[in-house]
Amino acid sequence: MIGWLHQFLDALLETGRDVLPIAAIIIGFQLLVIRKPLVHPGKTLLGFFNVLIGITFFLDGLKIALFPLGELMATQLTAPAFLNIPDSTAAIDWRNYGWVYLFGACIGFATTLAEPSLLAVAIKAEEISGKAISAWGLRLAVSLGVAFGIALGTFRIVTGTELYYYIVVGYIVVVVQTLFAPKLIIGLAYDSGGVTTSTVTVPLVTALGLGLASTVPGRNPLLDGFGLVAFASLFPIITVLGYAQLAEWLGRKRNSNHT
Amino acid sequence: MFRNNRLIGLIIGSCLDLAPILGVVLIFQLAVIRQPIPNVADLIIGSLFVVLGLTFFMLGLEQSLFPVGESMANAFARKGSVFWLLLFAFCLGFGTTIAEPALIAVTAKAADIAGGAHLITDNEAAKTAYALGLRLTVAASVGVAIVIGVLRILMGWPLHYFIIAGYLAVTAMTPFAPAEIIGIAYDSGGVTTSTITVPLVTALGIGLANSIKGRNPITDGFGLIAFASLTPMIFVMAFGMMA
Repeated sequence: MIGWLHQFLDALLETGRDVLPIAAIIIGFQLLVIRKPLVHPGKTLLGFFNVLIGITFFLDGLKIALFPLGELMATQLTAPAFLNIPDSTAAIDWRNYGWVYLFGACIGFATTLAEPSLLAVAIKAEEISGKAISAWGLRLAVSLGVAFGIALGTFRIVTGTELYYYIVVGYIVVVVQTLFAPKLIIGLAYDSGGVTTSTVTVPLVTALGLGLASTVPGRNPLLDGFGLVAFASLFPIITVLGYAQLAEWLGRKRNSNHT
Repeated sequence: MFRNNRLIGLIIGSCLDLAPILGVVLIFQLAVIRQPIPNVADLIIGSLFVVLGLTFFMLGLEQSLFPVGESMANAFARKGSVFWLLLFAFCLGFGTTIAEPALIAVTAKAADIAGGAHLITDNEAAKTAYALGLRLTVAASVGVAIVIGVLRILMGWPLHYFIIAGYLAVTAMTPFAPAEIIGIAYDSGGVTTSTITVPLVTALGIGLANSIKGRNPITDGFGLIAFASLTPMIFVMAFGMMA
């Protein structure tokens, strides 16, 4: 019990340190530049407090329940004994790591659905688009993108191919899609790349990458262990643009059937 | 009564958000790895905390972060001073990033790598200086990103030109950057945008696009986060080439 309390206070302090500069900037500009009092000071303060408490509980809960288990699973799944790899010096066959890709995809999908930043952006998008973009549709599209990105990223670590090539190809796909996607979605799609990877996804995914890079023979955890976060921020852009193109295409097809 | 319904709705939503993670973890643990769950009590308490945390966060989001971001955007638009708006944008980007725990962790790791690869002297002082330099670099890059993003909304320039130019810069710089820094540079784009920054910056962008004539919040309001995840890659690679 004392242990939890201690952990909780630590988390509160950490979150507080994160919030403090933001609060200082907002209050400073509000008083010195805008020179008007906040409209609802009490409600705003309460809201900030709620955000602070919320993030603290959220992170603490993850630290108690999910991170240890997730990290344990990442090491168990990447252990040569589990994957039936007889000899660590044998040539690496990427097909032996099937469970790792599947786990990466599933955990990427599930953690992204619970990512608070994505939730915030999805709510705003639904609100200002007059429900043309559904919050759930957007979250599903982003989560699918992260799932694919992590699976491909683990594949890259196993095969030891250059991160650079994947990223460049991803960029080319994004640029080509941008030319054809509905203009409405472009800003939102680019933004959804950045919001996927914050509090939930990064620790689990980093553990998976580092675990994998240290068990696969010939990989250096420091060099090959990174890059999963980059994949997880690139592929959602592609899936969100794709989701918008698909929605537009279906809508057009339905319209042409009617007339 | 209405308030209570809303709270219950939020709690149910949070449970739904958490369910997939629990599902994946349980299924893999029991069916694939075939090990019992260690510390069931911790798992239950932790899950309760997560649900509680998400609920409070959502509540606070609509009470403070969204309205504050939007009211500040409106106030700046009425004031009409581009200088103060851009200074605010820079401070917001820099201030929220410099204290970001994920960034502190990543820069410390990067300093270890740079020390191990003999890019810098392999001792504590050099590593601390390197990590701090990297942190300042990333924070400044996010500040610059928000400034460019706000300027773009003011002028109504199309977003994709900037993104394509950014991609070209990343692609062109990668072959010349030290191999050790590339993975970190690419990942640093993703870790900069924290859970508090995102709602605030999103509300700022949408608020600005709403209060400026001729801007459409949905096409012009988004894009700030995209800049904030692109510029760190460029700045960190530049930092790696110079250090």
